[in-house]
Parts: sequence; C-alpha cells; structure tokens
Amino acid sequence: MLETLLFIALGGVFLSMLGLFYRVIKGPSVADRVIALDSIGISLISVVGLVSIILRTSDYLEVILLIGILAFIGTVAFSKFIEKGEIIERDRNQ
Amino acid sequence: MKNPMKKHTNDVILESATTFITFIIFLFAVYLFFAGHYTPGGGFIGGLVTASALVLVLLAFDIQTLRQILPVDYKLMTAIGMLIAVLTASGALLFNVPFFTHAHDYFNLPLFGKTSLHTAMLFDLGVYLVVVGVTMTIIQTIGESD
Repeated sequence: MLETLLFIALGGVFLSMLGLFYRVIKGPSVADRVIALDSIGISLISVVGLVSIILRTSDYLEVILLIGILAFIGTVAFSKFIEKGEIIERDRNQ
Repeated sequence: MKNPMKKHTNDVILESATTFITFIIFLFAVYLFFAGHYTPGGGFIGGLVTASALVLVLLAFDIQTLRQILPVDYKLMTAIGMLIAVLTASGALLFNVPFFTHAHDYFNLPLFGKTSLHTAMLFDLGVYLVVVGVTMTIIQTIGESD
C-alpha cells in the first residue's frame, strides 16, 4: 500500500519536473528560468527522499542536504547575475 | 575607478547569512570527507562542497575579501594534494605489496572509542586538496577575466 503511494508520488514529481523543464526551455524571461531551475532542484530533493523511503535506507539523506546547498548557491548566483550583471566581483567597493 | 553603469546594492541579508552558512557548509564538507569510507561521501565530494562554501563567500563579498580571510595559493594547494595522493599510493611499494594497496587497523581513540583508521583516508586528503585547488583556480580565473 505504502509502496504504491510512494510510486504515485514519484509519478507526480516526474510530471511536475516535466512542466518545469518546459518552463526552463520556453520561459519568456531569465527570472522564469531561474525559478524553474530552483524548483527542479527541490523536485530532485523530493525524488531522493522518496527513493530513500522505498529502499528503506538513510544513506541518501546527505544527498538531500547536498542538493539543497547546491540549489541555494545556484539560485544566489543567478539572482546576483540578474541584479548586477556580474557574478564574481574583484572589489565590491569600486 | 567608479563604474557609473554598475548598481551599488547593500546586500545585508545575504552577507550576514553567508557569514554563518559558510561555516555550516564547511562542517558538512568535513563530515562528508570522513564519512566517505562506508557511506556516500569522500574526498572528491568533500572538496566540491568546500569549494561551494568558498564560492558563496565570493558571491556575497568579492575576490579581495576571500583573499584576505584565506590567503592560500590554490595552485600550490593542487600540487601539494597531488604529491600527497601519489606518495600515499606509492607508499605501499615500500612494504612489498602492489601499488595502491591500503592498510587499516583498529585503534581506541580517546573521544571516538574504537575507530578504524585507513591509509585510504590520506589518499582522500590529497584528492580533497586537488579538488578544492582546481575548482577555486578555475572560478577565480573566470572571475578575474573582466
């Protein structure tokens, strides 16, 4: 029973990722693509969580934290690029 | 040299969040590095997570700030890591066993109790230094090119 529900949830995450990929490719503006990429990262986190429930292991929980950190840094980098047009500055007071 | 086209923003939230998030990410990298033998983790991913903590500092502040808080030559770091990895791998030849053979034993450490110490961890330390060095060299070179 739980197994079936978990696979249904995986299918739902798959469908939402398809929609997000459509938004990444089509997205009219850069901001749409950035938000879609961030949401793809969060969908990946939920996929890892569901898979670790299905496999009954806690070994993948570090992967969740890792994807969270990388998605956060990617979003911060994109936001800085949209705001300032430059990601890494040599001297920010110039 | 003031650039009039550039916006000057005051990212208080990002900067003050970065000051402690960086240390959390760095601790997670250390955990991943030591967890690497039996569970997911290891030198490579530990190095990447460390590099991402440094990249977060680069994003919130700038290259000058990172140089001030961490005056490390990343190319030298890569070379030292390579040296550690090669020496650890070829150290096995001294004991008349094949290249890359690793030794381990159990020790009673004061805080950890019974712990298994492996020479593979020393090799992983080399991999860690190489990954941090190469990643930061690439990112700083890209950042300085303008």
